[in-house]
Amino acid sequence: MLSEAEKPTAEFLDVAIWRGNAKRGVFHSYKVPQLENQTILDVVSYVQRHIEPKLTYRFACRVGMCGSCAMMVNGRPMWTCRTHVDRAMRGIMRGNPLTIEPLRNLPVIKDLACDMSGFFEKWTRAEGRFHPTRTRSEAIEAISPDSDARKAANEAIECINCAVCYAACDAVTGNKHYLGPAALNRAWTLINDQRDGGRNLRLSAVSGKGGCHNCHSQQSCSNYCPNELNPTMSITGLKRETTKAALKREI
Amino acid sequence: MGKLLIKPHRQHPLWLAFILHRLSGLGLAIFLPVHFYVLGLALNDQAGLDRFLHWSDNPLVRFAEFGLVFLLAVHFFGGLRLLALEFLPWSPRQKTYAALAVATSFFVTCAFWLNAV
Repeated sequence: MLSEAEKPTAEFLDVAIWRGNAKRGVFHSYKVPQLENQTILDVVSYVQRHIEPKLTYRFACRVGMCGSCAMMVNGRPMWTCRTHVDRAMRGIMRGNPLTIEPLRNLPVIKDLACDMSGFFEKWTRAEGRFHPTRTRSEAIEAISPDSDARKAANEAIECINCAVCYAACDAVTGNKHYLGPAALNRAWTLINDQRDGGRNLRLSAVSGKGGCHNCHSQQSCSNYCPNELNPTMSITGLKRETTKAALKREI
Repeated sequence: MGKLLIKPHRQHPLWLAFILHRLSGLGLAIFLPVHFYVLGLALNDQAGLDRFLHWSDNPLVRFAEFGLVFLLAVHFFGGLRLLALEFLPWSPRQKTYAALAVATSFFVTCAFWLNAV
């Protein structure tokens, strides 16, 4: 039994979905029944289930936690499971279709599915790994949630690795070595983790080729982050800390 | 899917502040060699300098000065905004500062223009 919100209205939505592979692709047009309450992921799923079974896309949780369903919607990177059609169509001229493309700045595997391996390799290159300072046999270090460092870490820690910021960033487009907002944001959380012992190693990793100083402060990452994180703030923090460390000859 | 002048993902105030800073910097970089050339005329070719100064009284050139002063002001105040962003503790008022930089630049430019005419 469908709820009121799930019942189709009499209208159809014009949808243009990019279909192709790593080499080339084109937009295909589809007509999708419009619902009163409908996410972009609902639209893509409808096309795959009822019109084009070979349409390839990626999703898992449907509730904004797994970070796997991000796509370019009307030219803007968004998480599709929690973006409603009416919000995505705001500001779009009447008669224009809803366009759905794979994320920018990532190689396409097929249709809407991108290869995320380069994105995650950059997390590793940014020294996004925790360096413990105690062994498991020692007592757990008490960290005050009120300390400035913990507050700074907490502000940046809710990243779901969706790559929306990475797709929004023009510095990533222009420089294939640039680590990108998500990896640098992760590095900033660890710089502020008092239990971590890899500070200078990490500051060196984020200040070398493709490091934080490549950021142009356009702030598209912060503008589009679906979890309302602020990677630009994290990157400026890294810029200050790497500058201080370089002046003290620590890195 | 027509090509847009500014792609959708760039259509937010702080990207526009970025491009304004970049373009004003490029404009000033193009202007500076001309500026130094004219200064050089004062040392090497006084008649040439007089001819240039006479030409620069042209109303169109006077009007172009308005643009030049705006480029300088918007690059200066935009630069201060970026220095504050990078070296001072983070402030959530980034859009306000960008708007303030543009507004102050307009104010400075209008003051210059009123003085010039």
